[in-house]
Amino acid sequence: MKHRIFAAAAGLCAAAAFSSAVSAKTLVYCSEGSPEGFNPSLYTSGTTFDASSRTIFNKLVEFERGSTKIVPGLAESWQASKDGLRYTFRLRRGVKFHTTKNFTPSRDFNADDVLYSFNRQGNPEHPYHKVSGGTYEYYQGMSMPALIKSIVKIDDYTVQFVLNEQEAPFIANMAMDFASIMSAEHADKMMAAGMPEKADLEPVGTGPFQLVQYQKDAVIRFKAHPDYWGGKAAIDTLIFAITPDASVRYQKLKAGECHVVPYPNPADIGAMKADSDINMLEQEGLNVGYLAFNVEKKPFDDKRVRQALNMAINKDTIIEAVFQGAGKAAKNPIPPTIWSYNESTKDYPYDPAKAKALLAEAGVSGLKTNIWAMPVQRPYNPNAKRMAEIIQADWAKVGVEAEIVTFEWGEYLKRSKNGEHDTVLLGWTGDNGDPDNFLYVLLGCDAAKDGTNRARWCHEPFNDLLIQAKRTSDIGARTKLYEQAQLVFKEEAPWVTVAHSVVFMAVRKEVSDYRIDPFGGHIFYGVDLK
Amino acid sequence: MIRFFITRFGMVVPTFFGVTVIAFFLIRLIPGDPIELLVGERGIDPERHAYLLKELGYDRPLWEQYLGFISNLLQGDFGTSIVSREPVLSEFLTLFPATIELSLMAIIFALAIGLPVGILAAVRRGTVFDHTVMGISLTGYSMPIFWWGLLLIILFSGTLGWTPVSGRISVFFYIEPITGFMLIDSLLIDEPGAFSSALRHLILPTIVLGTIPLAVIARQTRSAMLEVLGEDYIRTAHAKGLGTGRIIGLHALRNALIPVITTIGLQTGVLLAGAILTETIFAWPGVGNWLIGSIYRRDYPSVQGGILLIACIVIFVNLFVDLAYGLVNPRIRHSGRS
Repeated sequence: MKHRIFAAAAGLCAAAAFSSAVSAKTLVYCSEGSPEGFNPSLYTSGTTFDASSRTIFNKLVEFERGSTKIVPGLAESWQASKDGLRYTFRLRRGVKFHTTKNFTPSRDFNADDVLYSFNRQGNPEHPYHKVSGGTYEYYQGMSMPALIKSIVKIDDYTVQFVLNEQEAPFIANMAMDFASIMSAEHADKMMAAGMPEKADLEPVGTGPFQLVQYQKDAVIRFKAHPDYWGGKAAIDTLIFAITPDASVRYQKLKAGECHVVPYPNPADIGAMKADSDINMLEQEGLNVGYLAFNVEKKPFDDKRVRQALNMAINKDTIIEAVFQGAGKAAKNPIPPTIWSYNESTKDYPYDPAKAKALLAEAGVSGLKTNIWAMPVQRPYNPNAKRMAEIIQADWAKVGVEAEIVTFEWGEYLKRSKNGEHDTVLLGWTGDNGDPDNFLYVLLGCDAAKDGTNRARWCHEPFNDLLIQAKRTSDIGARTKLYEQAQLVFKEEAPWVTVAHSVVFMAVRKEVSDYRIDPFGGHIFYGVDLK
Repeated sequence: MIRFFITRFGMVVPTFFGVTVIAFFLIRLIPGDPIELLVGERGIDPERHAYLLKELGYDRPLWEQYLGFISNLLQGDFGTSIVSREPVLSEFLTLFPATIELSLMAIIFALAIGLPVGILAAVRRGTVFDHTVMGISLTGYSMPIFWWGLLLIILFSGTLGWTPVSGRISVFFYIEPITGFMLIDSLLIDEPGAFSSALRHLILPTIVLGTIPLAVIARQTRSAMLEVLGEDYIRTAHAKGLGTGRIIGLHALRNALIPVITTIGLQTGVLLAGAILTETIFAWPGVGNWLIGSIYRRDYPSVQGGILLIACIVIFVNLFVDLAYGLVNPRIRHSGRS
């Protein structure tokens, strides 16, 4: 009896706390992990970006919420020079930085902040370059050091980026998380105080939310930025309750301890859909899972063999068994959410008889090969081992004997990059919504040299189309080039394009206007509570 | 007593160095390169890879890295996380109070139930009560923590709604850590409901983490009591006409406690291992949860420093247990003389 009274009293207290808090609109997001830090240029994980670049900071240009379309951010407008080597950004005026307990900004956002945010990453002599052990992997990974020649401040509200070569996807790169704009004044002040790393630990940005508190591995607390240039957020307090286990997240959602939950267990999706308190949102992910043939090894140098092995695989079985319905068969190497996706591409039909005939035509019989299966779960491939087994069984039907091989993840990436495989399962999640970010990065000739192109396939006609598309900033012209490239790709068949995943987000009914971010981020500006 | 202390303490030093070897090399035996893991599918060019390896000091031979590790340790430097770039010691100390709080609650829970139940089972040996207790404790001992935790969450939090699902306190309470112990901090902030929220959040993780030690303590207490109850001096006490309560409480329990104390000491290691899983399920921000994440990311310094710090704690708890014997049982502290 005593216990019951105690539990009831405790419940009342918690309810009282909840009601006083909800009057000030608090949204709780049960996030899947802890951020590595709060300066997005230093890190590469989506979990970190959710808590930094997608809440605290803005970029010069932004992705429109829920799409891959580029819209003005801290730059009101931008213009490319005719030769495509200079991009001039006109900056927004009257943008306020956050005021924190240790910093009160004395000025609005201007060109100095842009210079600081980029030069810190690109210039090894910059006083902040080495702070917080900065290695700026995303900036490096997107080849920005080779691309950006200089950044020029024309006046307080105009900045020009000078490039070494034409690169149409440059604007899309400017909307990426590493391109977040931070306060130069705050950084200077922390440097003068002898605590430069505080600029990263106590972030000051212009974004819709500002960091209030981070309790490691437990809770991140944000409050709405009262002077946000886009208008104050509808929710006053945003809390990330860090909850690594998916089953526990689901229980928290059911119990009303959180409003939004990412990455549900596939097994729970049915029950979540049936729950009247929960809205299940879904959207195709910005990713592709593929099987690459190593074209440097025989007989995969013969496109007939690659085509035959494409035809020998029944993708429907894979979607059913591996994705449990949370996937869609892929016919192009880019997902349908990206512009220039070629609807007219015809995928290889499942046709073992024709596959056998093609193999015979290529003079291949009794082929023994391997299928590399990743040891980890990825959105584009939730169970690579199972996928490999299905492919193995399908290929056996056309007389191809395949052995399944796997390694520890880091080792897997390294060895497959070195081309040790015959065929390898892998995938890609887009960074900036530009087709170039899939096609050139995964299938271009440069990528074949450095190994990111796991098929090691360098096909001049295909590569030329991609280079041409890089050199024009006209979207219409680029679209045509990429559409054509996708047809060439399909004909040459360096990959089996397996699937695009479907992303699920579970939100409680009282949450309104939550939109799934195609980049896999979790964005709360624009979201409201009923 | 002093000699006893010195002998016991002398054994700590070689154990500590043994642990440094294991802590340092174990994670390095697992294949996988932290840089490859960091960049993932994107990949990295070999030059930059070599540059980063050098920056992190992983280009040197392993034995050289180990010597560097030891020399830093002797200066109190446990390394810097390659992921968060924070000193490992400060990360550990931030998270450790949560682990201690949970472990202490679990051991208190295990003792509060395990001791009386074990004693009763011994006194009522062979009865239905005895068989039931031993049966349940065997089940408890074999309980997979992950499954057990999830089951309790689904039942008590999901279905019945009696307890919160996870975390240390409701996220609606804004608490700046003062001591790091939520039960104390929640009292200090003086907000109604904070303490009870913290307490309610402790219930399920305490039960989950305390289950195995509870089973072990109950069984150990029972068998130790049975052994003692068969001794001549107990028979003598009975013959003198002493009351059963006095015999059990004063004569039997004190002697039976020695092996039980050993068990509690040994359970520290079990508790900390169990804390790793319990913390992951209940999103409990302690060192276990942190260590698991660090292993996945191949954050060598965090794993090495973390394992070493935990091992040191286990070593010291066992040392104190050894010393506690001395206090409870004079035969042990005087054994050195004979």
